[in-house]
Amino acid sequence: MDKKLYEYNAYELSEMLRAKKISSVELTNSVLDRAEEVDDKVDAYLLTDRQMSLKMAENADKLISSGEAKPRLAGIPIGIKDNISTTGITTTCASRMLENYVPVFNATVIDRLTAAGSVISGKLNMDEFAMGSSTENSYFKTTKNPFDLSCVPGGSSGGSAAAVSCGEAVIALGSDTGGSIRQPASLCGVVGLKPTYGSVSRYGLVAFASSLDQIGPFGRCVKDVALLQDEIQGHDKMDATSADRKYTSLYDNLSEDISGLKIGMPAEYFGEGIKPEVAEAVMNSVRELEKRGATVASVSLPSTGYALSAYYIIACAEASSNLARFDGVKYGYRAKDCDGLTDMYEKTRSEGFGREVKRRIMLGTFVLSSGYFDAYYKKAKLLQKRIQQEFSDAFKSVDVIVTPTSPSEAFKIGDRVSDPLAMYAADICTVTVNIAGLPAVSVPCGYSASGLPFGMQIIGRKFDEQTILNLAQAHESAFGGFRRPKL
Amino acid sequence: MMIKGYEVVVGLEVHAELNTKTKIYCSCKNSFGLEVNTQVCPICLGMPGTLPTLNEKVVEYAIKMGHALNCSINRICKQDRKNYFYPDLPKSYQISQADIPLCQNGYLDVIMDNGDVRRIGVERIHIEEDAGKLLHSDKFDGSLVDFNRCGVPLIEIVSRPDMRGSDEAKAYLETVRAILKYIDISDCKMQEGSIRCDVNVSVHKPDEPFGTRCEMKNVNSFTAAVRGIDYEANRQIEILEAGGTVTQETRRWDDQKGISVSMRTKEDAQDYRYFPEPDLLTIVVPQEKVDELKRTLPELPNAKIMRYVKSFGLNHYDAKMIVDVVEKSAFFEKCLEAGCKSPKILSNWVLGEISKFMNEGTAIEDTKLTPENMAELVNFIADGKISTAAAKTVFDVIVSEDADISKIIEEKGLAQVSDESALEKIADEVLAANEKSVSDYLGGKTNALGYLVGQCMKASKGKANPGIMKEIILKKIGG
Repeated sequence: MDKKLYEYNAYELSEMLRAKKISSVELTNSVLDRAEEVDDKVDAYLLTDRQMSLKMAENADKLISSGEAKPRLAGIPIGIKDNISTTGITTTCASRMLENYVPVFNATVIDRLTAAGSVISGKLNMDEFAMGSSTENSYFKTTKNPFDLSCVPGGSSGGSAAAVSCGEAVIALGSDTGGSIRQPASLCGVVGLKPTYGSVSRYGLVAFASSLDQIGPFGRCVKDVALLQDEIQGHDKMDATSADRKYTSLYDNLSEDISGLKIGMPAEYFGEGIKPEVAEAVMNSVRELEKRGATVASVSLPSTGYALSAYYIIACAEASSNLARFDGVKYGYRAKDCDGLTDMYEKTRSEGFGREVKRRIMLGTFVLSSGYFDAYYKKAKLLQKRIQQEFSDAFKSVDVIVTPTSPSEAFKIGDRVSDPLAMYAADICTVTVNIAGLPAVSVPCGYSASGLPFGMQIIGRKFDEQTILNLAQAHESAFGGFRRPKL
Repeated sequence: MMIKGYEVVVGLEVHAELNTKTKIYCSCKNSFGLEVNTQVCPICLGMPGTLPTLNEKVVEYAIKMGHALNCSINRICKQDRKNYFYPDLPKSYQISQADIPLCQNGYLDVIMDNGDVRRIGVERIHIEEDAGKLLHSDKFDGSLVDFNRCGVPLIEIVSRPDMRGSDEAKAYLETVRAILKYIDISDCKMQEGSIRCDVNVSVHKPDEPFGTRCEMKNVNSFTAAVRGIDYEANRQIEILEAGGTVTQETRRWDDQKGISVSMRTKEDAQDYRYFPEPDLLTIVVPQEKVDELKRTLPELPNAKIMRYVKSFGLNHYDAKMIVDVVEKSAFFEKCLEAGCKSPKILSNWVLGEISKFMNEGTAIEDTKLTPENMAELVNFIADGKISTAAAKTVFDVIVSEDADISKIIEEKGLAQVSDESALEKIADEVLAANEKSVSDYLGGKTNALGYLVGQCMKASKGKANPGIMKEIILKKIGG
């Protein structure tokens, strides 16, 4: 049977489009047909609009045939996590609160992609306001893992990971605050990059935890992730935390030559709480990389055990403030039949937010309260400094640090909803990276007995996405790359 | 100021809107009085996903004020979020500064009307964003919000509790306002709410520790501050005199009723849950910039007042009245530059006739008055060429039309008559017609002399030199 267009990788499609072997309209139709075919089962999209997407595709075809500059992502359909603002297209954050909210402005990343002629294939499901590790916290629906529809796809960018995995999108954008790109990438067997804090503009990303949030790419191969990251990275004067520095093309500089590269293995990430099969798969991968010229050393990150606590304090503190604007006054949900202002606030926020979001708002409000600030928030910030220091010490002797992405493969839908602590533990390997502001990529590195993917996390120095993607590329060649789920 | 044996202790928090071109965190225009909800963008409306970027002018303006109030400048500082819910606050937090303000530990010397100087400590000056405004209408059930003011830059100037009564508070406020105007960082229009203050008041017996303080909000004018402080001090004294205790609370000043009412007590004080604003970077101002801002400050009001007293012989009160209004002081100095010989006479005109039309809302530029013709007019008076009364007639002309002063004097016959023979003639006529007053004067009623001089002035149509006139009368009646 002929390979369908949606099955190709973005870098291949980019060549085909520019050689005019295919049109963006054909490609977009193929991707949206695929979504129509499988999304009843997978539930990755919150919104698709063929008319809108095809209009963008037609424009892309014109751009490509006009002979003007041909950006590499021109004509490629990209799925967008629904917490990234899109002009005229609902941006719900998978919350009842924003069910009908239509932004009047584009996120900077969307401006960059549309300027490059990319096509938006639709808006993707997620945990409400990016809070969760399974997409079960979406107000609208739970996305299913394409490898096993009874399992979660991970979260919070579960829609993005699942859509890319089963061909409903060629590539996708997600956001990562504590693992929300890497963990679902790992659970859905795709590649997901959490870029260095400050390398991708956050303007237009509905904030969860401002000091930790970062938009990043999903793809079925390392090259696609590099391609998408090339397009979205760069300084933005609309985001004061965006880094004003020189950005070079990751795609053009991708190299499988890893001879002499020093890989650090932190014992703290391979012990308690990590499923032995997962640890084994990562170690097998590292042994393979060693054969290809990398050297391996053990490193120590002793404060790792406290990272989860520090993360949930900082993230919830910021969230409690960031989500305060959803008060029923200006946009979004407003409760009916309210008795005065305070009642309106209380009812609107009680009815508009889901359980997990309210839990985190309350946690965050508590840790910032007078009398508790020093004991929680201040301590967490001190711990953050220490974790940053431990990473920078480790990076004096190694070039990258390799760990599992998630302590286990995808779990069953419903298994952890009543146990928030078990759910939070899914982030145990990923949160430290956000706390330290570092880049990290998750790549598939093995499968469970029942065929569910395991992921390996490669962490790099600040702004050294190139090195981690090079290693990821070398690993992809050795390992065999993406394995298509049977739907 | 003591009331019934109690000393009144006042501390002030002054909020001043800065007159930067754009808002503090977005590129919207910073202007007052435009149609509701037109000076807004996704950022100042706090739409989801938007981010603030700091207008660096705001930092510069605040540092200027810091220098003017003798503060130390924290050239490395941060911004924090102050969290609370209110419909005029679209993000439900205000970006402000908590533990590290841009400027701190300064002072302001306040010159009282009698020339006494009081030094008032300034605890801190920080930058923050203004909120919107709630509007109420008979035609609408509920409230409407105008977000135009959201993100207008503010500085908050917090004094130490160093003022002793409403008179010192008023002098402090006037001095702060004058400085804001002189360094040109705020329009200081009370009626537009561009300066507002919160007032802290407590009372105690002089030999006892400070009393419990109450904070009063919604004080929207200097007059309201004075009335509010006096009201609040008396309220607290009454409580203490009746054997009660003052509760620490926040009260709201109702200027129409002239009373303060309780808003909330310390127990239900709001917890603002301050924490560092993660969307903005640490503020770092180069030391050279801090120094440059100090070097380029203009002459400040206090220095000006002292100069007017010292160099021009004005009294403190007059000097302060002129300096308090930048436009008056600027005009005053321009007249002197234009050759005005008598600062004293000039000051009377600035505080008299010129203030009169300015108070009615007419600016000097809106009239035909120039420093040159004003200087010329004052010189005519100083040289005894025209009387003050005649000068008023000339003044009225040069305010409304371009005219040559000498010509007006000539055409209207306003030249002062110092020629003794002419004056003697007038005196003879007046004395003959007022025999009763002459005998009154001779009988010891000295104020009859003034009446006689006045009558002579009237008879001369204001042209007589009153000094010479008086001498002639005395000579004639032999007093």
